[in-house]
Amino acid sequence: MRSLSSVEDLAALRQRLAGRGERAIPTIVIPAGTCGRANGALDLVRAAKRELLARELVGRIGLRVTGCHGFCEMEPSVLVAPHGTFYPKVASEEMGRIIGAAAQDRVVTDLLFADGEGERIERQDDIPFFARQTRRLLGRNQEVDPTRIEDYLASGGYAALAAALAAGPEPVVAEVKASGLRGRGGAGFPTGAKWEMLARQPGRRGKFLVCNADEGDPGAYMDRSALEGNPHAILEGMLVGAVGTGANEGVIYVRDEYPLAIRHVSMAIRQARALGLLGERILGTDLSFDIEVVRGAGAFVCGEETALIRSIEGKVGEPRQRPPFPVQRGIDGKPTLINNVETWANIPLILEKGAAEFAAVGTQGNSGTKIFSLVGKVKRTGLVEVPMGATLGEIIHDIGGGPVGAAAVKAVQTGGPSGGCIPAARFDLPVDYDALTAAGSIMGSGGMIVMDAHTCMVDVARYFMGFLKQESCGKCFTCRKGTQRMHEILDDITRGEGSPEHLQLLEELALAVKDTTMCGLGQTAANPVLSTLRYFREEYLEHIRHGRCPAAVCKALVTYSINEACTGCGACRRACPGEAIRGASKERHVIDSARCTKCGMCVTVCQFGAVAVA
Amino acid sequence: MIHLTINGLGVSVEEGATLLEAAQSVGFPIPTLCHMEGLSPYGACRLCVVEVGEGARARLVSSCTYPAQEELVVRTASARVLRARRMVIELHLASCPQSKTIQDLASALGVRQQRFRQEQESCILCGRCVRMCAEQMMAGAIGFRGRGQSRSVGTPFDQPSDACRLCGGCLYVCPACELRCTYTEPEKAVCGGCANLQPPCVENGRFDQMMCYMDPCVACEIAAQRR
Repeated sequence: MRSLSSVEDLAALRQRLAGRGERAIPTIVIPAGTCGRANGALDLVRAAKRELLARELVGRIGLRVTGCHGFCEMEPSVLVAPHGTFYPKVASEEMGRIIGAAAQDRVVTDLLFADGEGERIERQDDIPFFARQTRRLLGRNQEVDPTRIEDYLASGGYAALAAALAAGPEPVVAEVKASGLRGRGGAGFPTGAKWEMLARQPGRRGKFLVCNADEGDPGAYMDRSALEGNPHAILEGMLVGAVGTGANEGVIYVRDEYPLAIRHVSMAIRQARALGLLGERILGTDLSFDIEVVRGAGAFVCGEETALIRSIEGKVGEPRQRPPFPVQRGIDGKPTLINNVETWANIPLILEKGAAEFAAVGTQGNSGTKIFSLVGKVKRTGLVEVPMGATLGEIIHDIGGGPVGAAAVKAVQTGGPSGGCIPAARFDLPVDYDALTAAGSIMGSGGMIVMDAHTCMVDVARYFMGFLKQESCGKCFTCRKGTQRMHEILDDITRGEGSPEHLQLLEELALAVKDTTMCGLGQTAANPVLSTLRYFREEYLEHIRHGRCPAAVCKALVTYSINEACTGCGACRRACPGEAIRGASKERHVIDSARCTKCGMCVTVCQFGAVAVA
Repeated sequence: MIHLTINGLGVSVEEGATLLEAAQSVGFPIPTLCHMEGLSPYGACRLCVVEVGEGARARLVSSCTYPAQEELVVRTASARVLRARRMVIELHLASCPQSKTIQDLASALGVRQQRFRQEQESCILCGRCVRMCAEQMMAGAIGFRGRGQSRSVGTPFDQPSDACRLCGGCLYVCPACELRCTYTEPEKAVCGGCANLQPPCVENGRFDQMMCYMDPCVACEIAAQRR
């Protein structure tokens, strides 16, 4: 394709691509994001190609390899477009049947998705996991092959850029402001206001736009899927940002642990440059803007904007005092605007739909949708996109399908290590920035870890504190030492060595860390402790006063024994890796507590529920 | 000039001044550890926190790094500030109890004991030595390595640094290591022998007596090579 020299050229190219009719024929869509590939999606792609060639169906049946669609638990899956037939956990051998059926406009019934013992569901949109979402952003992933700019253009891509170029800077910023979009990175700062600040900065030396893709929360991967699945949407968002704010340089800061995201976004940049959508005098207008990919070396703190700027400059990623804010002094001292991946991905939507329609979804002050990665002790895991203001209960029970086993859901952890745990009693809480902050957690970038009765809240706090202890940059004394000391106290409590004074000290320390640290990492580092203390103080006291872990997680406080339900089958004796179980055949077995390593193997293998953990 | 309010008192300072400088200019004491005149502000020790803003938006910031802003309301010794400072110094005391500077600061803040597991660390990572080396001695021989709990100060890969001129400036500015390297002359503040090509400690082969900050000691290794 030759470089485009005007906005009209772009429209013509889009029309030509859309008119090819590729979208009308049945198409095998295989999601091959990182989650899909890990489960063998590329084998499916190979099998599909082989089948299409063998059956001479090339041209009659299409094949599209896309990014993640969100239902990661069911990978590798196949979607037959445009009908929307969904096949979960497909084996390569079944590919022939699926393609054969698609050619005859049939469905392979026995491969369809079924919820437990329930009926088989044919279409993806009818599966409760998908049906209850509002998939504005994620829904685009199944439409485009992330390595082909043609797909993105044919599905209406870069129309927002054309609209922005036609409107000019002030109306673009006004539109983003009117949409009420708030930063999806976690803090929820109004995006339009941030853009306005950058637009007002003097731009003689140049201005930077940064896409923050240093996603580091344990259990969160929305940004990865967005970059892998639809990189052009991010580029387009940044281009619109360049129109609105007068920035001339862009940086996508993505962690090196996301190789596929880096590859896809690099390809997208190359393709956009070749088409003249990036570079000097874009589409024949005065707009000049180019984007560079900078790979982060794996420090959690580099997601903090001042640390991120230092990292981009090639220095050690350590936060510094704000003010001056990055919008005033950022990369190389130039004004810099930093937005999260998901924020940028929302921008084209606003320009296409208009601010009013964008804000029609969500609640007052919290417009649009938010993607969460729903993981943990919940039946259906994956990426879910819901309108802002949906309740936690809707996400966990209606979309996620509720608890995985017999144990009820106890709490949900939102916002990663900087967030907190919200108890099941408060699942009527709407998910928006303000409500979550008031409840002692944060929205964060969108991690949602569901916990049930088998999760010890003290242990959860200890886990996150261990994470933060490693990831604190160490510059601020209270963050470095505070996280170490909090971890030390939590560790003591989980080992049964805690005292009531410990709890008092822990609380005092947590509040001091929150108050006295410099950057966002330290200021929120105490949240896991404070929120669990707030809602689950009883569990702490149980550990301290009675030396008991109610969830039977803290090994030092748990003993394993075999009760009268034992039939003497010997399964546990054979399974025990520590050879700690003795007993004659058909007689009640006994666990030698001195040898028991508390691995829980006996509980797993016992069919009679005879192993008691207390 | 910038006009702000500190503890209810109107104060005017030059543009670019920090809150610490503004408070000190009118005589409000703020304890500091990592701050040192002549070195760039760093904000590591968190002892100099002050409260800025009012109502629900009030928050604590380190006064040594926070620039004075027009109409800012600052409190240098509110209950919240003192509570936070006491916890900060208690943490310092728990990690580095032998430092006279830290003991004095704790005493001044009314902290008589610490409630954590006692550690005996010699470095509080305040970064004075690093900044001294880079900004005043123009050497940049030492820096921070690692992050979080494995952060430390030293030369790259613990190799003797060509940039180090053995000036001892790092030892001199350290607020934590009360035990400076005096070798055999304890009455002297700093022995300084390592600045010689043939330090006395090397001649006698008594490395144990060295409390040199550079670990491993650069001087003796260079001297050993020359012998």
